[in-house]
Amino acid sequence: MAGYIARRLLQAIPVLLGTTFLIYFMVFAMPGDPIVALFGDKTPPPQVLEQLRERYNLDQPFIVQYFIFLGNIFRGDLGTSFSGQPVSDILVTTFPVTLRLALMAVFIEMVAGITIGLISGLRKGGIFDASALVVSLILISLPIFVIAFVAQYIFGIQLGWFRTTVGPGAPTQDLILPAIVLASISFAQIVRLTRSSVLETESQDFVRTAASKGLARRRIVPVHILRNSLIPVVTYLAVDFGVLMVGATVTEGIFNVPGVGRTLYQAIIRGEGPTVVAFVTVMVLIYLVVNLLVDLLYAVLDPRIRYAK
Amino acid sequence: MSDLTNTSGTPAQNTGGERPILEIKDLQVGFNTQNGLVKAVDGVNITLYRGQSLAIVGESGSGKSTTAHAIINLLPGTGHISGGQILLDGQDLTKASKKEMEGIRGRKIGFVPQDPMSNLNPVWSIGFQVEEGIRANGIATGRKEVKKRAIEVLKQAGLQDADRRLKQFPHQFSGGMRQRVLIGMGLAADPQLLIADEPTSALDVTVQRVILDHLESLTRELGTTLLFITHDLGLAAERAEQLVVMYKGKVVESGPSVEILQNPQHPYTQRLVAAAPSLASRRIQATGSVHAAEAKLHEGAESAAGDEIDLIATAEARAEALAAAAAAPPAITVENLTKVFKIRGAGEFTAVDDVSFQIPKGTTMALVGESGSGKSTVAKMLLKLEDATSGKIVVGGQDLASVTGKQLFELRSRMQPVFQDPYGSLNPLRNIGNTISEPLSTHGVGDRVSRRERVFELLDQVSLPRTLVSRYPNELSGGQRQRIAIARALALKPEIVVLDEAVSALDVLVQAQILRLLADLQGELGLTYLFITHDLAVVRVIADHVSVMQRGRIVEAATTDEVFDNPKEQYTQDLLAAIPGANIELGA
Repeated sequence: MAGYIARRLLQAIPVLLGTTFLIYFMVFAMPGDPIVALFGDKTPPPQVLEQLRERYNLDQPFIVQYFIFLGNIFRGDLGTSFSGQPVSDILVTTFPVTLRLALMAVFIEMVAGITIGLISGLRKGGIFDASALVVSLILISLPIFVIAFVAQYIFGIQLGWFRTTVGPGAPTQDLILPAIVLASISFAQIVRLTRSSVLETESQDFVRTAASKGLARRRIVPVHILRNSLIPVVTYLAVDFGVLMVGATVTEGIFNVPGVGRTLYQAIIRGEGPTVVAFVTVMVLIYLVVNLLVDLLYAVLDPRIRYAK
Repeated sequence: MSDLTNTSGTPAQNTGGERPILEIKDLQVGFNTQNGLVKAVDGVNITLYRGQSLAIVGESGSGKSTTAHAIINLLPGTGHISGGQILLDGQDLTKASKKEMEGIRGRKIGFVPQDPMSNLNPVWSIGFQVEEGIRANGIATGRKEVKKRAIEVLKQAGLQDADRRLKQFPHQFSGGMRQRVLIGMGLAADPQLLIADEPTSALDVTVQRVILDHLESLTRELGTTLLFITHDLGLAAERAEQLVVMYKGKVVESGPSVEILQNPQHPYTQRLVAAAPSLASRRIQATGSVHAAEAKLHEGAESAAGDEIDLIATAEARAEALAAAAAAPPAITVENLTKVFKIRGAGEFTAVDDVSFQIPKGTTMALVGESGSGKSTVAKMLLKLEDATSGKIVVGGQDLASVTGKQLFELRSRMQPVFQDPYGSLNPLRNIGNTISEPLSTHGVGDRVSRRERVFELLDQVSLPRTLVSRYPNELSGGQRQRIAIARALALKPEIVVLDEAVSALDVLVQAQILRLLADLQGELGLTYLFITHDLAVVRVIADHVSVMQRGRIVEAATTDEVFDNPKEQYTQDLLAAIPGANIELGA
């Protein structure tokens, strides 16, 4: 098992090199001069521009810039943003916010999605099942910004339960509403995934065998139906967590959450190469780790995989 | 047929005023479908006394499993009991509440399901699954006690190292071992009645026998009444005192087993007895015309007698053909064939070990063995779907190892496979006409019109109506699908057909029809068959030569009659002895 994990982490190295190179190249290829853009309408003296270009190595050819960046990374220096703030500082302030938001969203969609999916699956064709299907279809077909605005309007303005935007320091209670909005999309997927998984498991022979042993329904449902049905659901949840961790640009923007998504979006607009590349590098890392965890989780959930390795 | 249903097995020695443990009266089971209610069980009466054993026999779809599931009220999907009574020791189970049924299942009625592969939950350990049943039935309480009982029942079921294996998961057990676990579970709460639904049909014959012997002695020891369900007449006759024959949801005949088998009254039972391939039968001879064979089959009981006459009439012809075939160059020569698989972390596994044989043109060789003996790997190498590690395969004078590209493509047209699963080997999205003509278009034979003609011709050859051309596989029965697979294999007029367990998934009656069809096609077209099977009873009626494989090696090879009359190897003798019903003369 240790060898397997080591192998997977080694595979991450070429992936990281490839992605950072691609991102660096695309930031470089973006039209416009980021230094000029910094000054807006004003025309700065040419010497100042030269100085700034030199400071950010923008006067060097692309490939040299890339290797300078790479070398700095290995020394633990992720560079500085155009506003003079070290990129590592920005990472440290934004990622914990997104992490909290992602955890809350995953928790909400997990509890609500699995519960409703299970009931729908067990009572296939009933009123509950039909209503759950309608609600999930509505949630799936609406764009997330619509859901976000509706949630802001109803819970923020009309009912006044939550603040419509996240305050300084992103207190947890302010994150509840954006977390619900983020959860609503995957919630619908989880309901449908759980439902179909439960239906499939329920028709399995071993469920009938469990009943033939004399087990009560209230034991068969959690132990033999739900436990087996959760394997695809849990892996979906883990992947979803990875997606949320790399930032939900639209939702973070609408709710003014000082997280990864919003910060990255602003950095891209400003053409801040070091910030964008540093963020994407961390995101790729998170993604690789989450994927590795998903594969390990599979083994935990399904003994057939556990012992095959 | 209703007059027959009243003759349910009630032997005189049991009627001393004793109440039967199970009495099924006029049972009706229906399934709601789009076309309304479909009756799967229609007016079944069964009486079973304490300590007896009774077998329900019938082909798939006859309602035998549905009857079993109705008894424990675990009918699948929309199935429900729509009439009649099921009396367990006087209590009507059709009126029992959910809670009462939960108490009856496991404790009063044990159940051993059909397929050991799918009936254990893959995510829980064996110990967990046995223990939860013991706990649910209140047989033991407390961690230690429950565990002790679990080990006890598993040992009883023949798992000697049960204490060590409790923590293992189902996929770490072989099919036979899993079946023992399921038997252990079924008997865990000492039920008065044990229902075994085809308990061994998924297992090899030798394993099957060990399991059945064990089940038999165990139920006798514990005084458990046994109701078991099977499609195998030989097995039923050997294992049960009483027999109930079901056909299309009705009981057509019932009574003491041996009596029924030797003197079947109902036409369906007569056909079933006649069709059962047993050791007593001889090789089917090509009767010249498929239609004649079909007609004969429909005559029912007479068909067996007809075979006898055919046999004498054509035996000499067959012998001559065989002699001629021996002189001609063999269609297939296999020399020192070996296949080694590399297994990650476990070194090497020799699936096929130094196998050599020849198949003369126009004859059938059967490759026999249990699952895992390497017989299918030989077929795959012969079809060049798998490369040999070493050794030589010569087909029609061509060495397979040197054949590549265009030559291989051309060779494939002369050598066609038919596989085991008639459900899995047809593409559900292609209609029958396209399925059969696919090899023709792949190999660029003829134009659209001539291909269509050929499809009709092939449908005629396999005795299927031409109207099937535009139908889809899901509309056909298993037997019809296997005929389609055979028609597809014959489309390119091959010289060699490799039949990998081609009749194993079929009911006896259908099996008999397909075997006859194969024999007729061989006579007509001069085909060479490599027939791979685990079922020795089938071998007897189809093969000229037999090679018995065990652990990758051929342990015995001879003509069919020689192998059956005078088996030399212990392994072959075991295989022969394990055929259910081998010692019972079936009536006809």
